[in-house]
Amino acid sequence: MRLEVEIASKTFKSAAGEQHDVIAGVAFALNAGEVGVLVGPSGCGKSTMLRILAGLDPDFQGRVSRPAGARIGFVFQEPRLLPWRSVEENVRLAAPLADEPKLSALFEILELKAHRNHFPGELSLGLARRVALARAFAVEPEFLILDEPLASLDAALASRLRDEIAMLIDGRSVMTLLVTHDVDDAVRLGDRVILLSPRPARVLADLPIRTPRSARGEVEIAAIKSEIMRRIDGCPTKQDGS
Amino acid sequence: MARLLSFAMFVAIWWIASLFAGDAKLPPPPTVLTAMIAEARSGDLFFHLGATLARVTLAFTLAMALGSAIGYLMGRVRLADRLGDPWLILLLNLPALVVIVLAYIWAGLTEVAAIAAIAINKLPTAVVTLREGARALDAALDEMATVFALPRWSRFRHVILPQLSPYIAAAARSGLSLVWKIVLVAELLGRPNGVGFEIGVAFQLFDIPLLLAYSLSFAAVVLLIETLLVQPFEARASRWRPRAA
Repeated sequence: MRLEVEIASKTFKSAAGEQHDVIAGVAFALNAGEVGVLVGPSGCGKSTMLRILAGLDPDFQGRVSRPAGARIGFVFQEPRLLPWRSVEENVRLAAPLADEPKLSALFEILELKAHRNHFPGELSLGLARRVALARAFAVEPEFLILDEPLASLDAALASRLRDEIAMLIDGRSVMTLLVTHDVDDAVRLGDRVILLSPRPARVLADLPIRTPRSARGEVEIAAIKSEIMRRIDGCPTKQDGS
Repeated sequence: MARLLSFAMFVAIWWIASLFAGDAKLPPPPTVLTAMIAEARSGDLFFHLGATLARVTLAFTLAMALGSAIGYLMGRVRLADRLGDPWLILLLNLPALVVIVLAYIWAGLTEVAAIAAIAINKLPTAVVTLREGARALDAALDEMATVFALPRWSRFRHVILPQLSPYIAAAARSGLSLVWKIVLVAELLGRPNGVGFEIGVAFQLFDIPLLLAYSLSFAAVVLLIETLLVQPFEARASRWRPRAA
C-alpha cells in the first residue's frame, strides 16, 4: 500500500465564469503505515486535494496512484453524519462488517458509549466529530483521510481528541493523510509534514519526523515546530503560520 | 378534546343555518343522519364508498409510484429534465375535466379509463414535488456514501430516501386531496357506482339529504385516513428532528 501523488494543476470555474487555480503542482508520496500531514493556510486547496485523493473529483491534471478498491476512511471537516440515523446506525451503515466488540472498543476510546442511540442533531460538534472518527475507523481503512479533525474545538477538547486519534492510529498502523492549519497538531501526529503554500498550492517542504510519535518530547516538538515556522517564513510568499 | 369541540361546533352551525335556510335547501343534521342510516342499512353506502376508495387507492398508488420515479429522474438527470419539462407544464395546466372526458372517449366508459384519468391528473404534481426533492439532495452526503462505498440499496434507503421523505409526504398529502376531488367527477361522468355517481343521482332527484349523507360519509372517510395513515407516517418520518418546544 503506497500512495503517490502528482497533481500538476487543478482549476475551478467560478459561477461568474472566471478560472481559479487551486493547485499549482503538488507531488508527494506516502508509505504504508505512515502518517502524512498536509499543513497550509486556510483556503489553500487542502480540502480540494483530499477530494481528489479520495477519488471524488476526477477533474484535474496529473496522476494519483493508490491501490484500486482500497478501503477508505474519510473524516470530513463537517462531520457529514446522517441526521435521521442514530450514532450507532451511522457507524454500522458505513461498516456493515464491524462486529460488536470492535464497535464497543471504538465507542469506548472515543467516549461515545452513552451516545449510541442519540441522533446527530442531539450532539455537540465535538461529539459529532467523534462519531465521524468512529465511522472512519470502523471500516478498518487501508487509507485514512482526516480533514481538519480538530478545527473549531476549544483547546482542551482538541488536545484530548488529538490524543485519542493518536491512540487509534498507533494501534493500527494505517496509511493516513491528515490535513490541518495547526503546526502543533501536525508535529504531534505526523510522521511526515508536507508544507503547502497559499493558493494556488505548491509544496514548500517535505519534512520527515524520525522519532516515533509516542517518544517525542516537548523539547523535540518545539524544535521541529520552529524548523517548520522557519521554512514557512522563509518562503517568498509570506503567510501567517498560525 | 379540541377536535371534538370543533366537530360539535360544525354540527351546531349546520343546525342553526338549516333553521334559516329551510328544510328544502339545507336539511338539519337528524334528517341527514336518518338518510345515512337508511343507506348504510341497505348496504348501498358501503358499496359506493368501497368503489370510490378502491379507485382512489389504485389511482393514487399509480400516480405516486410513477410520479416519484419520473420526478427523481428529472431532478437528477439534466437531459431528462429538459425532455420532460414541456410535458410536465402541459399536464400541470390541463384541466381535470379535459383529461377525464378524453379518457372516456378514447378508452370507453371503463374502469381503466377512470383510474388512468385520475392518475394522470395527480401525476404532474407528484413529479414537480419529487423533482424539487431530488434537486435538493445533499451533495456532501452523496460524497460520504461514495467514499465509504455504501451499497446501492443501503445508499437509497438510508441516504436518499430520508431526504426525499418530506417531499414524498408533501406530494402524498396534496395528491391525496386532489384525488379525492377528481375521483367524484370521474365517477359522475362515467361510472355506474361510487360516491360521485350517487351524488349525481341525488342531484338529479334533488334529494338533498341523500346528497349530504354521501358527501359527509365521504368526508368522514377522508378524515379517518388522514388521522390513521397520513399523520402517523409523517410523525415517523420526522422523528429524528429535534422536537419543537
